[in-house]
Amino acid sequence: MKATSTQIPRTKAVRTGGFSLRLDLRAFTVVVLLLVCALAASVVLIGTGDFPIPAGDVLKTLFGGGDAGQEFIVNELRLPRVLVGLLVGAALGLGGALFQSISRNPLGSPDVLGLSQGSTAGALVMIVLFSGSATAVTLGALVGGLVTGLAIYLLAWKQGVHGYRLVLVGIGVSAVVTAVNGYLLTKADLVDAARAVVWMTGSLNGRDWTQVWPLLALCAVLLPLVLANARGLRMMEMGDDVSYALGVRVERVRLLLMVAAVLLTSAATAAAGPVGFVALTAPQLARRLTRSPGPNLVPSLCMGATLLVTADWASQRAFGADQLPVGVVTGVLGGIYLLWLLVTERKAGRI
Amino acid sequence: MNPSTKPATNASANEDNRRSTVNRLSAENVTLAYDQRVIARQLSVEIPDNSFTVIVGPNACGKSTLLRALSRMLKPTEGRVLLDGQVIQSMPAKKVARTLGLLPQSSIAPDGITVGDLVGRGRYPHQGILRQWSNEDERVVQESMAQTGVAELADRYVDELSGGQRQRVWIAMALAQQTPLLLLDEPTTYLDIQHQIDVLDLCAELHEEQGRTLVAVLHDLNHAARYATHLIALREGAVIAEGAPGDIVTAELVEEVFGLRCQVIDDPETGTPLVVPAARKARARAHTDLGKVAATEAS
Repeated sequence: MKATSTQIPRTKAVRTGGFSLRLDLRAFTVVVLLLVCALAASVVLIGTGDFPIPAGDVLKTLFGGGDAGQEFIVNELRLPRVLVGLLVGAALGLGGALFQSISRNPLGSPDVLGLSQGSTAGALVMIVLFSGSATAVTLGALVGGLVTGLAIYLLAWKQGVHGYRLVLVGIGVSAVVTAVNGYLLTKADLVDAARAVVWMTGSLNGRDWTQVWPLLALCAVLLPLVLANARGLRMMEMGDDVSYALGVRVERVRLLLMVAAVLLTSAATAAAGPVGFVALTAPQLARRLTRSPGPNLVPSLCMGATLLVTADWASQRAFGADQLPVGVVTGVLGGIYLLWLLVTERKAGRI
Repeated sequence: MNPSTKPATNASANEDNRRSTVNRLSAENVTLAYDQRVIARQLSVEIPDNSFTVIVGPNACGKSTLLRALSRMLKPTEGRVLLDGQVIQSMPAKKVARTLGLLPQSSIAPDGITVGDLVGRGRYPHQGILRQWSNEDERVVQESMAQTGVAELADRYVDELSGGQRQRVWIAMALAQQTPLLLLDEPTTYLDIQHQIDVLDLCAELHEEQGRTLVAVLHDLNHAARYATHLIALREGAVIAEGAPGDIVTAELVEEVFGLRCQVIDDPETGTPLVVPAARKARARAHTDLGKVAATEAS
């Protein structure tokens, strides 16, 4: 990473009237490319399945020009599934970026902190103890994630929440909840256990419009809120003292963004199950592409959506429609990435 | 240097009339504590306007704690810190940040940040959702980098710089905040002697040429005596003496504050007080003498 940016200006100032903005050109390009990738992968994914549809027809159908059969398959079966995938990926990418930035640690992501395990516990309680409906399981996962998030925050609180303590407390909470999950599974009968394990892997199979709307609404509310506080979060990278001196209300911003991140990851997990490692990898990959300091919130969001949809497409291509849950693919890829991260962080002397 | 960029040192003429005797920044009877550990009780300090105030004292005497309280990082358990006549905690965070800047002891440069980007972050209290990077921001950042001599480093990564350069960059960031009051917590720590003097010269320049009020915590008493216009000597959370270094720095004071026997002579370069610690053997004799006195008093 020697000074490669010296020749070309990195940023461009955009100013009109009372509005001014400094645009990071590289980050902007990355966002545009990722969006293009996500949309392209979505179109291909819609066309993939037991009844393949060429990309051209998919586009035609999406804009209302397909025949009745294609219309049904695209709009009723596959589009909502892909939208859930995009939204879940985006929510996990954003939630992960928020957590990693707040904890100032690439390991401080919801997977490691035990939020996914918390959601799983909520879902397992519903499946195993109450044999609940799909809606009940979703609600259970949501509540489980929120309660775990609250527990981590309270346990890590000591005159404010600090990065390392957050990660360590999260790992501890994660261990406890994993044990509880194991206990719940041993108590389950065979049918419930099978259902639980499918849920726990994280999958987009059979997702329809009823999952799309709540997720979309939540993202529509939280995204502006998060972006409005993104500049404060950027300052907080320099430590609490510096950001406080610059006029950032550190604790308030941190609490607000943590609540948003917990809501995003819990909702995503409730919709698709604990799809592993997207929240961990998306922000890091985005950061390596933009090469820009700062929380990289929007690039992480786009990266999350792209990753999830691409992983789902890869699993369908390689193993056939609905054979392999997307969580397996992200888990394998993410696990390899985590190992690599641990090794490089160790070499850099950070852990 | 452009005269229009001088920060306003007085809020307004009216305010000055109304509160003519009171300085902009002061602590009134503050009790400072971390959790249950009390660092200072009933401490009152005035920062004279347009001064270069330096706070000195032995380790753990509450220097940095006082600075944290003055910059609203630490809320006093009793008493209050006043900025322009208002309790500092009750003021909007960004308003304080436009009046009072702080360079803390520990600051983290984010991975892969360039000098220009870091200095630009000092503009945060002047920005909003809509106004994120104005011409004014650009100009002030360029100027702050020029004043601190880091303009040619603008595109370099902060992690590649030497300790002295890095400290200049952080000072540039604090300057970009354009605050009439600037607080520095041990700005010379970890720097070699040349860079220490370099940073102190820069501070003196900011004070003399731009009329900023500076408050710094320094370890080196001789540096403090040479550069400060106003010195505050602390011990165990209490002010032992304050005033111009030439008036207050005496062998007695150094012994009282630091428990160190010494001579105070005139600095051959500047004429300011220069503290020369007594030789080891002389101090050892003093200790045994003291011991004898204590023994005779006890018997």
